[in-house]
Amino acid sequence: MWAMSGWLTDRPIDVARLVADVASAGSGGTVVFVGTVRRSEADGDVEAIEYSAYEEMADAELGRIVDEARAQWPGVRIALQHRTGRVPLGEASVVIAAAAPHRAEAYAASRFLIEETKRRAPIWKKERLATGAGRWVEGRPGGG
Amino acid sequence: MSGASGRGQGPDGIRVRIRLFASYAEAAGRDAIEVVLPAGAVAADALAVVRSQPWAGRLAPSPAVAVNQRYAKADVVLRDGDEVAVIPPVAGG
Repeated sequence: MWAMSGWLTDRPIDVARLVADVASAGSGGTVVFVGTVRRSEADGDVEAIEYSAYEEMADAELGRIVDEARAQWPGVRIALQHRTGRVPLGEASVVIAAAAPHRAEAYAASRFLIEETKRRAPIWKKERLATGAGRWVEGRPGGG
Repeated sequence: MSGASGRGQGPDGIRVRIRLFASYAEAAGRDAIEVVLPAGAVAADALAVVRSQPWAGRLAPSPAVAVNQRYAKADVVLRDGDEVAVIPPVAGG
């Protein structure tokens, strides 16, 4: 098993595999969201992001988010992977694949999944700079 | 630490493990605090223990709290062996 747990992995995410995981004869549309580590103008010296998580709870909370999406859009098939550990600039930190008979549900579920993941998952990020120094990224309050 | 069958409290109160993460764990220099709280203690009481720490200036004004890996309100009653976590503002996704 290449994943650390149901939804978290410490290795590069295999996007094609996630797309294959949700494929089915009944699927008319698959929406794939790929979140990537970027460098803004203000953070010119960022080389990578280090993601850390309250792993047992992140696993449970992501499971709850996926269950909520399945309840809201019956028939949608979902695959989700979030990375932990060091993710270099340009690499994917999170990938969500949502497949449904019709594209409207796939788009809606995909949007829900990323927004809820960002709002609730107990995951944090630290920028790793070219100098070797680290800088915590201010997060979003709330959570549950 | 007692397992799931050890629910209840001893004469000294209930044992709770408070877990810290990310910038809070870094500020504290540790990732957990083991405490004994009075029977009937709530999540807010565990948070108060954290607020009494010397590094507590780093805490958000109203940090999210989880009990046994679910977000919980401040008035959730704690039981012996519960795991409480103080959740810094999240940044996943």
